Amino acid sequence: MKTTGKVTGIVSNLVTVKCDGPVSQNEICYITTAGTPLMAEVIKVNGDSAAVQVFESTRGLKTGDPVEFQNKMLEVTLGPGLLSSSYDGLQNNLETMTGVFLTRGEYTAPLDHDKLWEFTPLAKAGDKVVAADWLGEVKEGWLPHNIMVPFSFQGEYTVKRVATAGNYNLDTVVAVLTNESGEDVNVTMTQQWPVKVAVKGYKEKPRPNRIMETGVRVIDTLDPIAEGGTGFIPGPFGCGKTVLQHAIAKQGEADVIVMAACGERANEVVEIFDEFPELIDPHTGRHLMERTTIICNTSNMPVAAREASVYTAMTICEYYRAMGMKILLLADSTSRWAQALREMSNRLEELPGQDAFPMDLSAIISNFYARAGMVVLNNGQTGAVTFIGTVSPAGGNLKEPVTESTKKAARCFYALEQNRADRKRYPAVNPIDSYSKYLEYPEIIAHLDERIMPGWVDMVNKTKNIIRKGRDASEQINILGDDGVPMNYHELFWKSELVDFVILQQDAFDEIDALCPLERQKYMLKLVLDICDREFVFDDFEKCRDYFKNMINILRQMNYSEFQSDKFNDFLSQLNQLLDSNGK
Amino acid sequence: MANKVYQKTFTRLEAITKATVSLKAPGVSNEELAVVDGRLAQVVKTKGDLVTLQIFSGTEGIPTNAEVVFLGEPPTLKVSDQLAGRFFNAYGHPIDGGPEIEGEARQIGGPSVNPYTRTKPSQIIPTGIAGIDLNNTLVSGQKIPFFADADQPYNIVMAQVALRADVDKIILGGMGLTNDDYLYFKHEFESAGALDKIISFVNTTEQPPVERLLIPDMALTAAEYFAVEKGEKVLVLLTDMTLYADALSIVSNRMDQIPSKDSMPGSLYSDLAKIYEKAVQLPDPNDPSKDAGSITIIAVTTLNDGDITHAIPDNTGYITEGQLYLRADADSGKVIIDPFRSLSRLKQHVQGKKTREDHSQVMNASVRLYSDAANAKTKLENGFDLSDYDQRCIKYAKEYATRILAIDVNLSLDEMLDTAWELFAKYFSPTETSIKQALIDKYWKK
Repeated sequence: MKTTGKVTGIVSNLVTVKCDGPVSQNEICYITTAGTPLMAEVIKVNGDSAAVQVFESTRGLKTGDPVEFQNKMLEVTLGPGLLSSSYDGLQNNLETMTGVFLTRGEYTAPLDHDKLWEFTPLAKAGDKVVAADWLGEVKEGWLPHNIMVPFSFQGEYTVKRVATAGNYNLDTVVAVLTNESGEDVNVTMTQQWPVKVAVKGYKEKPRPNRIMETGVRVIDTLDPIAEGGTGFIPGPFGCGKTVLQHAIAKQGEADVIVMAACGERANEVVEIFDEFPELIDPHTGRHLMERTTIICNTSNMPVAAREASVYTAMTICEYYRAMGMKILLLADSTSRWAQALREMSNRLEELPGQDAFPMDLSAIISNFYARAGMVVLNNGQTGAVTFIGTVSPAGGNLKEPVTESTKKAARCFYALEQNRADRKRYPAVNPIDSYSKYLEYPEIIAHLDERIMPGWVDMVNKTKNIIRKGRDASEQINILGDDGVPMNYHELFWKSELVDFVILQQDAFDEIDALCPLERQKYMLKLVLDICDREFVFDDFEKCRDYFKNMINILRQMNYSEFQSDKFNDFLSQLNQLLDSNGK
Repeated sequence: MANKVYQKTFTRLEAITKATVSLKAPGVSNEELAVVDGRLAQVVKTKGDLVTLQIFSGTEGIPTNAEVVFLGEPPTLKVSDQLAGRFFNAYGHPIDGGPEIEGEARQIGGPSVNPYTRTKPSQIIPTGIAGIDLNNTLVSGQKIPFFADADQPYNIVMAQVALRADVDKIILGGMGLTNDDYLYFKHEFESAGALDKIISFVNTTEQPPVERLLIPDMALTAAEYFAVEKGEKVLVLLTDMTLYADALSIVSNRMDQIPSKDSMPGSLYSDLAKIYEKAVQLPDPNDPSKDAGSITIIAVTTLNDGDITHAIPDNTGYITEGQLYLRADADSGKVIIDPFRSLSRLKQHVQGKKTREDHSQVMNASVRLYSDAANAKTKLENGFDLSDYDQRCIKYAKEYATRILAIDVNLSLDEMLDTAWELFAKYFSPTETSIKQALIDKYWKK
C-alpha cells in the first residue's frame, strides 16, 4: 500500500503534505493538480506532516490536492543508450519531448525500450556473482557496455541462465539468477538506482596513481589532475570558465564524458548540442557526442531539479565506472547547485550559515566530491570517475562559502584570475595560487617519472619558481623604475614572461594550439627551461625586452605549428640562431 | 478583470502587513490573483486555510473587513496582433486611452523553452552604433545589459538602439521609469513613426514598486506570442532591472525571508535567470536548418557608483551574454561605448560569418591601437616624452572615438569597417596594425 496525503501548505516550490502513513526522507511523491502529476521529493518530516520540494512550478496548486508517495527515492534508469543522450536534471529525455516549451508534468523515458542491442554473454550458468558483476556485453556505439548484476542486489547469487548471443531490447530478460534462498530473479538490460546514494559494487578505492591528460598545458604541466581525481575552477564571470571546461571536455583522456550544465545559460548548452556532434575526439578519432551524455538543467529550469541534476550526472558516471571505464564529469556550475540548496533551506526557515547558505553546505559538497575516484572492481579491473566542477563566486571574491567548502573537498584548484583575463592571457589560470595536491603523491611522482621523464615534478616546481621570481622582480621594477634595478631583475622578469606566453597561455580557438599532447608539453617545457638556465648579457633593459619579445614570438609560432613539422623546425632553428647570438 | 462563475468572496482579514494580507480562504490555488478592497493581489503562501496575499499596490488603508474576491487564475495577458502600438500598465491594461485588447488570455511567467528545441544564435542585429555593431556585435537570441551609472544616458541609447534595430517588434518593459523618461520613450516612438511595431509595459516611479515585478513577465509573454507563434524577430528592452531586483528584496523582506548578499533574496539568481533566459533563437519548425522567431533582450542595470561586485550586477553578469558600458569621453566630448570593458559573448557567431571577412581583424586592431593611445596618455600625464607613434595614437584615438565609438554615429557595418580602414591609413603603417597581409592587400586605403 502506498502512503497518500493531502497538500496543506504552499510557499513557492516548498509544499507541506499531511500523510496517512509512513514516509521516508528523500522519498519521491506525485502531487496531482488539475489532472497533472508533479514530481516532488521529501526533504523534512515533522509528525504526520512532510515538507516536499516540487521539481516543477507549483502554480495553481491547492490545499487539499492529493499526493501519492512512491516508496522510493529519486532514481535514474541505467542501461545502454545513455551515451549521446541529452537529459534534464531528472533524467527526462529532452529530445523526445513534444513542443517548443517544457510542459509541466511531462516525464519522458530516459532510454529507448524498442531499440535492439547486440548482446554477448560474459557469465555462464553456475557462476557465483554479486552486485555489479558483469553478465554480458552490448556494443553502445563503439564502446563495450557491460550488463551487470543490478547494484541493488544484496548477497551472492548463482547464475542460472544467461541469454545466448543475439539482439534484444532493454526489457528482455538476459539472465536469471538464483539467490541464497533459492529464489530465481530476472535481470534485464536496465536497472534503477537512487541518485543520492553512492554506487558501491567495487573491491577497493585506492589513491589515484596516474594523471588524466587534458591537452591543456596549464593543467597537465603545472597542476595535473589525477585519473579519478577531483578539481575545481572558480572564477568571476568573463574569465573563461566555460571555454576552459569545454576545452577539457573536448580533449580529456576519458572513455565517457558526462557534462552537467547546472543552472547555467541555455545558449551554452545549445553550443554543445551544435558543436559536439561535429567534433572529433583526438584520442579515438570518433565523434565526441558518441561518448558524451549531457545533463542539462539551465538556470531557468526548476530550481529543485537543478540540485538533482548533479546527482543524476554522478550516478551515470558511477554506472560506467563499474564497467571498468574512465569517466570525466564536468559540472558547470556547482555554485548554482549550492544556491538551489540555499533557496530550499531558506523556505524551510532553517537557521542560516554564512551568506544564508545552509549550515551543512560544506558536508554536502565534500560528500559529493567523495563519490569521484578510482576503484578496483571485483574482477580486478579498474575504473575511474574524475570530477571537475566550476564555481561562480559572488563578486569574484574567493572568500565565500561555496569556494571555501569546495577548496576543502577538491584536490586540484584552478584559480581563474580577472587580471589575467583582462590582459587576454588565456586560460586565465593563476599559476601561483593554483595547485594540484597530486604532485605530492609519491605514486603520481613515480608515474610522471615513467610516463613523461625522470625528474618531471622537479622541473614543474622549478617552472613555478621561475614565475614566482619573475613576479617579485616585476614588483621591484614597478617600485624602483626600469633604471633603478639591476639588469638581472629584467632578465628574471622576462624569463617568467617567457614561461607565461609559451607554456601557460594557450589558444583554445586555434586548431593546433588548442590541443597539446603530453609529449609536446614535455618538449616545450624542456626547451623553455633550458633557455631559463642560460645567462644572458644585455647592455640595457630595452635590449633585454626586445630580445625576449623576439624569442617569445618565435616560440609562440612553434606552438601554432604542427609538432615537429618543417615549419616547426624552421622556427626552432630561428630560435637557436637567436640563442647563439647572446649568452651561454 | 471579467467576473468568473466560480468567484470566491471573503470579508475578514486575519493579518495585514505593509505589503501582504492574510485571511482564511479554503480551496484557493497557488499564485492565483485576487482583488482585495479593489486592489489586485496574488497568492504567495498557503498554510492550511490561511492564505497570504501580496497586494501589488500596497496595503495602505485596507480594513480588516475588506472584501476579497479570488479570480481563480494567475496573472494573464491577452495576446493578439492588437497589442502592437499600445501602451500598458503592469497589469496589462491600456494606459493610452485606447480600447482593451481582444485576444487569448495567456498566463504570464510561463514555462521555459526546451533547450533542445533552441538553435544557436547566429543572426546579427545591426543598430547603426559602431561601438556595438563593430566591437560588440549583437546577435538575435542574445541577452545583454547596459551596466550604467545613474547619470549616464542609458535610456536614450536604448531608445536609439531599439528604433534602429532591424526587428519586427520592439517591446519595452519600463520598471520604475521616471515620468519624464516614460514620456521621452513615448515621444521618441511616436515621432519615429514606428509605433505600430512597438509595445510598451510601463511602471513609473509614481506607481507602487511591487507592481514592477509583473512588468518583465508581461513584456516577455507578449514577446513569446510574436516570436513563437508569428515567427517574428522581437527585441525586448528592460529598464531598469536594478529597480526590479530592489522590488524583489522588498517582497522577500516582507515575507520574513533571510536575506543573502547585499540584502538581496537568496533566489535572486534564479529570479533574474527566469527573465533573461527567455531570450531565445528558434529554428524554423519546417526546416530546422533555418532560423525563425527570436527574442533578444537588452536590459539596463544601473550601478551604484560603478560597483559591479554588488549582487545585482554580479548575478546579472553570470546570466547574460556580455555587458555594455557607457563612458563620457573627454577627448571627443561625447558619450561612447567603452571598448575595453564591454563584451558581447556571442559576437564570434556572426563576425566574419554574417559580416565582412575583415570584421574581427579590424575590430581587434582598432581596439588595440586605442589601448596604445591610452598608454600614451598615461605617459603624457606622468611627464614622459611621447614618441612619434604615441602622438599618432593619440590623434587616432580622438578621431576613432568621435567617428566610431560615439553613441550618436549611425553607419552601416561596411561603412564602419571602411571608416576604420581610413583611420588606419591616415595614422599608421600597415605593419603597425598587424592585420593579416591578405586583408591589407585588399582593403588598405591608398
